[in-house]
Amino acid sequence: METLSFEEAFAQLEAAIEALQDGQMPLERALHYYEEGVKLAQYCNELLQKAELTVQQLVAEDDGTLLVQPLDL
Amino acid sequence: MPPSFLPDYSDSAPVLSVSALALYLKTWLESNDILQNIWVQGEVSNCKTYPSGHCYFTLKEGEAQLLCVFFKHSRQRSSAPELRDGMAIAVNGRVSFYERDGKLQFYVDCVRPLGAGVLFQRFEQLKARLEAEGLFDAQRKRPLPSSPSTIGIVTSPQAAALRDMLRVLRTRYPLARVILAPALVQGAEAPASIASALDLLNEHGEADVVIVGRGGGSIEELWAFNEEVVARAIARSRIPVISGVGHETDFTIADFVADYRASTPTAAASAAVPDIEVWREDLLEKRQLLANLMSERLADLREQLVYKERELQRVSPRGLIDRRRQQLDDATERLQTLMQHSISLRGERLHGLVRQLHSLSPLLTIARGYAIVRRDADQALVSSVQQVRAGDRLTIQVQDGQIPVEVRP
Repeated sequence: METLSFEEAFAQLEAAIEALQDGQMPLERALHYYEEGVKLAQYCNELLQKAELTVQQLVAEDDGTLLVQPLDL
Repeated sequence: MPPSFLPDYSDSAPVLSVSALALYLKTWLESNDILQNIWVQGEVSNCKTYPSGHCYFTLKEGEAQLLCVFFKHSRQRSSAPELRDGMAIAVNGRVSFYERDGKLQFYVDCVRPLGAGVLFQRFEQLKARLEAEGLFDAQRKRPLPSSPSTIGIVTSPQAAALRDMLRVLRTRYPLARVILAPALVQGAEAPASIASALDLLNEHGEADVVIVGRGGGSIEELWAFNEEVVARAIARSRIPVISGVGHETDFTIADFVADYRASTPTAAASAAVPDIEVWREDLLEKRQLLANLMSERLADLREQLVYKERELQRVSPRGLIDRRRQQLDDATERLQTLMQHSISLRGERLHGLVRQLHSLSPLLTIARGYAIVRRDADQALVSSVQQVRAGDRLTIQVQDGQIPVEVRP
C-alpha cells in the first residue's frame, strides 16, 4: 500500500465501499473489504497529514533532453 | 527669451534651484500659445480613474509616450467616451510641467475617439480569425482533471504571480508536484518563450494540467498573451490548459483558447486542484460509510441467522420426536381409559355370571339334604343302580363333607 498515490488509494477505498454495498457478498470477503477499506482510509489520512508540495523546474539541455530539477525560490 | 522675473545670470554660469527651474519650465511651456491649445493622437494605456473622478493615462504612439491628466471637471464638461487601454483617441488640451513629480504632462480638455486602437484592432482581428477557425469552441474545451498529481506552470520564475500560485497550491493541495517551465512573460520575446515552455511541458508529458499566466500589468505588459503563437501553443497542448492572466477585468486571446479561463493566476491555481479540506471531509465520510455498511451488513446477517434458527427449530427432528411422544402419551392414556372401561365392564358381567352360577350351584341342593355320589374309579356321577356293582367304592358328598362307602353284594 505504501507505494500507492493518494488518488489510487482513494479510488481503491471507493471500490471497497462499492463492493461492500453488494449485500450478496460472502461475509468473509465483506470483512476483507472492510478491513482493506479501513486501512486505505487510514493511509489516505496519513498522506494528507504529511503531504508537502514538491516544486521542480523543467530544464531543456542543449541536446534537447528534458531534465527536472528542484526549484528553490 | 527668459521671463523677466528670473535673476540675471548673464555674467556668470547660472545656478538655479530645482523649484526655480520647474517654475521656469512651467511658465515657459504655458506661455507657448501652440502648446496651450493643441490636438494630439495616440493610444490609451495604463488608464486609471480614481474615486476623485480624475483620470490618468498614458498616450502612446510608436516609441513615444505622453502622460495625460483628465480632471473630473473637464471630463464632466466634455462628452468623452469611457477610456480603455488600447483605445486610439485624439485629445485636445494644453501641455504643462508638474513640478512636484518633475513631469511634463498633458492636461486634457476634451477627447475624440479615433475608432479602435491599433492594439485593440489587432486583438479583435486575431480573436475573430481564431474564433472562425473554431479555436474557442466549447466542445474543444477539455475537462480539468479532478485531482492532478502533477501541475505544470508556465510563467516567469521571478514573478510574484508564481509565489502566489505556489502558496495557493501548498494550502489547497500539497499532495501535488509542480513543474515550472520558465518563460518570459513580457517583452518582444515573451510570446515565443511562452509557446515553447508550453510545448516543452507537453513533450515532457508528466503534467496533468498546465497553468499559463502572469500577474497584472498594463495592456502592453499582458500583450504576449494576445499573440497568435501563444494561442496556437495552447490550442495544440495535449494537456488541458488553464489561463490566469492579469486581473479580473483583463481578457486575453489566451483566455479564449484555454480550456479554462481563470481571472487571475491565484484563481488559476485554485481551479487547478481540489481543496484538501474537501478531501479530508470526503475521507471522513467514506470512513463512516464503510463502518455503516459493515455494521448494516452484520445486523442483516444476524437477523437472517435468527430467522434461520427459528426455521431450523420448526423443521428439527426434535420437534417431531416431541410431537410423536405426545401422540404416544395421548394414545397410552386413551388405551388405559379404554382398558379400565373394558375391565370394569367385564367385572360387572363376571359378577352377574357368578351370581347366576351361584344360584345354579348343586351345593345349594346338597344344602337342602341331597347328596352327590361318584364312583371312585372314574369319578363318574352315579345316578342309577345299573351303574354299580357289588364291591365298587363310591364317595357320597354331603353338605359338610364326604362319606366313603362300599356297595354291598
